[in-house]
Amino acid sequence: MSGTWEPVIGLEVHCELKTATKLFCGCRNAFGDEPNTNVCPVCLGLPGSLPVLNEGAVELAMRIGTALHCEIRPSVFHRKNYFYPDMPKDYQVSQYDAPINVGGRLELPDGSTVGIERAHLEEDTGKTGHIGGEGGRIHGAAHSLVDYNRAGVPLVEIVSRPDIFSAAQARLYAGELRAILVASGSSDGRMEEGSMRVDANVSVRPAGRAELGTRCEIKNLNSLHSLARAIEHEIGRQVALIESGERVVQQTRHWDEDQGRTVTLRSKEEAFDYRYFPEPDLVPLSPSADWVADVARSMGPMPADRRRKLTELLGEAAGGRTDQIVGVVEKDLEGLVEAAVAAGIGPALALARTANEASANPDGAREVDPISYVTILRLEQEGLLSATQAKSVLATLLDHGKESAALVAKLGEKGTPAEIAARLGFEALGDDSTARLVSDAVEANPGEWARYLEGEAKLAGFFTGIVMKASKGKANGKVVAAELERLKG
Amino acid sequence: MTAAVGRRGPALALAAAVRAGEVSAADVVEEHLAAIAGCDGELHAFLVVLADEARAAAAAVDRQVAAGEDPGPLAGVPIALKDNLCTRGIPTTCSSRILEGWKPPYDATVVERVRAAGAVAIGKTNLDEFAMGSSTENSAFGPTRNPHDPSRVPGGSSGGSAAAVASGMAPLALGSDTGGSIRQPAALCGVVGMKPTYGAVSRYGLVAFASSLDQIGPFARTVADAALLFDVIGGHDDRDSTSLDRPAPRCSSRLDDGVGGVRIGVLRELVEGEGMDPEVRGRIREAAEALAGAGASVEEVSVPELRYALPAYYLLAPAEASSNLARYDGVRYGLRVDGPDVGAMNAATRAAGFGPEVKRRIMLGTYALSAGYYDAYYGQAQKIRTLIIGALDSAYGRVDILLGATTPTTAFALGDKVDDPLAMYLNDVCTIPSNLAGHPAVSVPFGTDGLGLPVGAQLMAPALEEGLLFQVAAVLEGAAPALGLPRVAAATLGSGGRAGGEDS
Ligand SMILES: [Zn+2]
Repeated sequence: MSGTWEPVIGLEVHCELKTATKLFCGCRNAFGDEPNTNVCPVCLGLPGSLPVLNEGAVELAMRIGTALHCEIRPSVFHRKNYFYPDMPKDYQVSQYDAPINVGGRLELPDGSTVGIERAHLEEDTGKTGHIGGEGGRIHGAAHSLVDYNRAGVPLVEIVSRPDIFSAAQARLYAGELRAILVASGSSDGRMEEGSMRVDANVSVRPAGRAELGTRCEIKNLNSLHSLARAIEHEIGRQVALIESGERVVQQTRHWDEDQGRTVTLRSKEEAFDYRYFPEPDLVPLSPSADWVADVARSMGPMPADRRRKLTELLGEAAGGRTDQIVGVVEKDLEGLVEAAVAAGIGPALALARTANEASANPDGAREVDPISYVTILRLEQEGLLSATQAKSVLATLLDHGKESAALVAKLGEKGTPAEIAARLGFEALGDDSTARLVSDAVEANPGEWARYLEGEAKLAGFFTGIVMKASKGKANGKVVAAELERLKG
Repeated sequence: MTAAVGRRGPALALAAAVRAGEVSAADVVEEHLAAIAGCDGELHAFLVVLADEARAAAAAVDRQVAAGEDPGPLAGVPIALKDNLCTRGIPTTCSSRILEGWKPPYDATVVERVRAAGAVAIGKTNLDEFAMGSSTENSAFGPTRNPHDPSRVPGGSSGGSAAAVASGMAPLALGSDTGGSIRQPAALCGVVGMKPTYGAVSRYGLVAFASSLDQIGPFARTVADAALLFDVIGGHDDRDSTSLDRPAPRCSSRLDDGVGGVRIGVLRELVEGEGMDPEVRGRIREAAEALAGAGASVEEVSVPELRYALPAYYLLAPAEASSNLARYDGVRYGLRVDGPDVGAMNAATRAAGFGPEVKRRIMLGTYALSAGYYDAYYGQAQKIRTLIIGALDSAYGRVDILLGATTPTTAFALGDKVDDPLAMYLNDVCTIPSNLAGHPAVSVPFGTDGLGLPVGAQLMAPALEEGLLFQVAAVLEGAAPALGLPRVAAATLGSGGRAGGEDS
């Protein structure tokens, strides 16, 4: 991309709320059930049926608004009218000019802040499948089937301001938003299952100019990866158009993941006139000040707050380790880092083991006994376990999850860390034992040893591997290397 | 058969007799099925007669009575249901081809409530398609005729329900009123018809025409019967978000309270207004005098803002209808006319399934909501609605009840206004203000014109004043000149036309 162009991006994110039931009826809100089993007269839009607002959905929407620092306001539902077979009433109940959440912001891990225009409640549509066409496409299909299980599932649509200036930042925004949705208990944030769906509005302008260029909306972004790819591609397409003297035409474009490009879906002229008007079957929604305050009180700290706190705890060790900090907070594991640091473990080691070993088994890590966890880290810090050994015993410990405390406790609380390590079977091998294993390996492989002596240095790894295997990983790699050097003479 | 005639009304008398074991619900049903067999060939009030279901329901009532249980205040009383009220497993057509064959999987709340009160659903009645009309001529299944003169319309859109009650085919009926669809046919057929406060009766299971205006209400031959039916169907329902959070009404207890000290305002616009038939005007003046004679204070009131009501209504109602009727697209239920793609299928289905009046209103409403026109039409109409509510509120600062005509004229001939939608729309000029304001109103028969056609006097009240409304209506009913028997009348009517005026 030419350096003289600045991309400007705004994201619209639809997320399905994690309620037990749908937005306007008592049907189950569940993914993956047998088609058309979670339906009733209301969510099928049968004549005479009427919607009744799900209070739980309103509460989750308020949680999202609170997490995004929005103002929570009295709101009104509107009807958005257009014909579509997967929409039972041929209108969607949504919020239009009076949304529940207005004007917030989202802090990203890189320190930037993206403004939030609004986050409003609406109902989801069903899903259409095409039978007989190529790969489930409508083109050439003999007929279509509609599953209304998803129709009426509560959604919150979160609209960002055009405050995003690169594909990478867009990806960061979507990832952070997902973390907030999960942390606030509002949504699963699963892009693959469609519980979080992202549309991107992309335009480019000459760097330094204030007014925005003509934008295109990109749909069908099913992962953070395709979001970044699609935006990158769209920026390139628009810049190429402008630089070749053409104009960008406002339109909706579809991201084709296989082809790696965006294609025209519909132009501005083809856009629907949705004929919005206030939904007469629902009354205006005015959450009381008490309710708003209760929701705010019930919210735990958001990822940005927790990252800030963890960074402060780590001090200098935090430098250059943003990814590890983001990962630990995302997996909800900073408690382990805090416990380790409080027990005197070096912040860098505490972060590294938590970001790597603990994060590899997040379910086990959330249940592991922190004292046991810290015990292993201390053994490593004091040199009684090699890094390899510490990683291995941590893996065992994390596999035991809830029983980890028992595992360590049954060894007895008494004794030095070395004694505990011995009882665990993880004590480091003495240098003498290591030397014996090295000479055994040399004797058993005379051909390789000869080539090593002739200068084939990479064979050091071959011998180290044999020693590690024989010692079940207890040997210290540095000692093995030193012994090989000594034998070489 | 004399049990149908009671001092207060046939429904009250029937229920009392059935509860006392003096008459069996089975006999009552047979008598009304016979009445339908005798009259409905000429009137066509019913789209479907539920003979088997009614017999089974009556037998269940009789078993309850035999077991010493109370089947409820409407024990064994046959009731006709407008065919835009959902009935489980029974076709609900809204008199439209587009819903042909559709059987709702559920009952409307009001249907549940009348059944729970012991009433026996005897049939589904004809209406203007999707309740859009004032003559019941817009039915896809043919018009209903007025029992007082079968060459004339019964009014609409609940013309089938009004004709069924007037002719004696059912003592009670339910209708829906969006711009006068209960009160106008009640007036033209000489029965009592009442539209409750918006939100007083659950709309759950009423196929929507204009959601912010629709209300379900009772038809009966007497005020007491209408009050009883309203008491049964009213009260909060969790399934309707616009249902008011209030207990069931108890209007039946206020019918003897009289009008002493009640302030009645004769609403000039609904008496002297343009197009008002002089004979109708005369009856309304007599009604005012009768109320004054009974002890009410009567004064003239003018609410000039009401002249904007009709145009506002004909923007708001079609706008909501255009959205409410979008779902009839051939995808899920009812008629489907195939096409090369889904859009063509939608269009072909709707072209074949909807009649001309429904199409006209969908077009009007779609236009009124379109980008660039919303503020000028829908937005402006909403402002007028607010203006009218304010004007009526200030009138109610001076009087308790407003009195006017229900319709500008008595029943007109079939075909008279079919080709002139505007003339047809003007029929609703007197009834629309209550819908826009969400206020209750009732039409009570008050004499006839020179041809012997019934005239309806309309009483309007502020929101939630149904008790006062029925109280005044009962006095008006007592003072009304006797109405002759309809030309098409079943034996259930006895010999005196309205049962209300006599003792058994
Ligand atoms: Zn449902």
